[in-house]
Amino acid sequence: MKSPETAPMPQAAFASSEENSTMIEVENLDFYYGQARALHSINIKIPVNRVTAFIGPSGCGKSTLLRCFNRMNDLIDIARIGNGQIRIHGIDINHPEVDVIALRRQVGMVFQKSNPFPKSIYENITYGLQIQGINDRKKLDEVVEKSLRGAALWDEVKDRLHTSGLGLSGGQQQRLCIARAIAVEPSIILMDEPCSALDPIATSKVEELIQQLKGQYTIVIVTHNMQQAGRCSDNTAFFYLGKLVEFARTEKIFTNPSQKQTEDYITGRFG
Amino acid sequence: MNMHAPANPFIARKSSARTIERLAFGFFRVATYFILVCAAVIFGLIFYKGGQTVFQEKFPFINVPFLTQAPETLYVFQYEGKKMELGDRAFREFKHARGINDIPAESYVYCSGGIFPCIVGTVLLVIGSMAIALFIGISSAIYLSEYSRQGRFVHFVRLAILNLAGVPSIVFGLFGLGLFVVFMPVLQGFHNPAVPSIPVGFGHYLNFSGWNVCLLSGWFTLAFMALPVVITASEESLKSVPQGFREGSLALGATKWQTIRTNVLPYALPGMLTSSILGIARVAGETAPIMFTAAYVVRDKMPWQVEHALDMVFQGVMALPYHIYVVSSKVPQNDYTERVQYGTAFVFLVIVMGIALTSILLRIKMRNRYRW
Repeated sequence: MKSPETAPMPQAAFASSEENSTMIEVENLDFYYGQARALHSINIKIPVNRVTAFIGPSGCGKSTLLRCFNRMNDLIDIARIGNGQIRIHGIDINHPEVDVIALRRQVGMVFQKSNPFPKSIYENITYGLQIQGINDRKKLDEVVEKSLRGAALWDEVKDRLHTSGLGLSGGQQQRLCIARAIAVEPSIILMDEPCSALDPIATSKVEELIQQLKGQYTIVIVTHNMQQAGRCSDNTAFFYLGKLVEFARTEKIFTNPSQKQTEDYITGRFG
Repeated sequence: MNMHAPANPFIARKSSARTIERLAFGFFRVATYFILVCAAVIFGLIFYKGGQTVFQEKFPFINVPFLTQAPETLYVFQYEGKKMELGDRAFREFKHARGINDIPAESYVYCSGGIFPCIVGTVLLVIGSMAIALFIGISSAIYLSEYSRQGRFVHFVRLAILNLAGVPSIVFGLFGLGLFVVFMPVLQGFHNPAVPSIPVGFGHYLNFSGWNVCLLSGWFTLAFMALPVVITASEESLKSVPQGFREGSLALGATKWQTIRTNVLPYALPGMLTSSILGIARVAGETAPIMFTAAYVVRDKMPWQVEHALDMVFQGVMALPYHIYVVSSKVPQNDYTERVQYGTAFVFLVIVMGIALTSILLRIKMRNRYRW
């Protein structure tokens, strides 16, 4: 199944030979929690307006890398980047001149545990705009409808926009969080195991939504569910022990991985 | 006993383990009842004896003068074979009306009139110290749990807060005396050569002559005493807000302060306020911190009888706990002083319970608004 010659660690793994331009480019990234090294010289180029899945066993660093993209790791006191660069739109996001607030408006995030604010559905969507000082009622109404339609939630909630977001089901809550993220019109949406707390039906709705969104947004999704990676991603990156083992088109990863470790993980021999 | 019959393995046997168990449980039970009895005796005594002072059998059933008048000296004397008990003013009018210069009478200080100035003073002290303690306490709790790096410095600060909680109240009183009463600077239109004096221009000087015994000194002393409770309670409340709200907000491009203001504080506030108010109500009942800093034994003017509005905070007040202390320790004891003591204690308890009740109602109301 595997080609005999063990390919060296991909230095700059190109997912595909297509003409895709790159949205996120990671170069030789080392990342530490205190003294512990969580990421080992990661190189990856994430193409624009595609779905990229990060897979790998727990603790392999995939979430850590994801949270580097919107600098969520800044919240952790002991976390630091040891070496390397992350460029989005060609700009080093850890450069001192980069405003993390502006970065996060460009790079939205959906969390593992759906976290709608204990406010109304309407206020959940408008929150990202209101903190930017946008208070024009008409504009807000527009964005709410557009975002909820974008998240395939409009028909389910249009009659109760002013009830609490916490009254929704788990799957609806997660789609509300996606709607909240797209309301501020980011170019990238990071999803950290968005379906791990959802039942299969809610999961398939979120996956459908991911398919609809990928034309307009660059989506990076961390998942433990390999079928999910197979179903909804264009490219898949396999991480193991803080290293990027393989990054390729999803079909290739699942049918003909070039690394033995990838194959072992995909076939369930470890992880 | 028949040795061949199958022995019942579950038969009750006398063993030392069972006896010890029974003894231990009995002791725990007695200890619990003891607490109950203590509480019942304290409350019962104060409500029974204090109730006799505060309530009366005739309409309007409440002893209104006790709640609305200032303390006066009580005069007890014999007049035309009748025993009379009159307050200071009434006694003078009585003599004046009859054209008598002097009637031999026993006098009891503070035993007539009421405790109105003490109620007002205590309420003012509670409100002011609560405002200061909540403002400083919540601010530093936000800093400690949301902003600061969780390193050695924060560890040290927490240790300091713990130590502050263990400082005896009389030490706080002396601290307040030393810092606020005799040292803090006041802005005055003259140079005071007796104390450090810093000119600030326009003929004004910051004279480090202290704020004197006044509400402001008392507020800060009480507030400092309540700070450990407020900070600890506020930190707990902040921690109980799910981290997901913070991350969700930050990920949308909110600043840290926007996140805290809109997505952390509103949910933490009910818990913060209730625990803090309870703590402050307790501290406000202390006598030692205010006896050097804010409380007067007796004061004729009410707090609002001042020339300038600013003078309000620079005046001492009478206060319920200090009044109880004065009446119990500074004047000879008799039946009349006992009436005042229990009456004051009763009113004081009711006020503190009222504050506690308010905080509980506040919590219920706010909890229903934010639930996750």
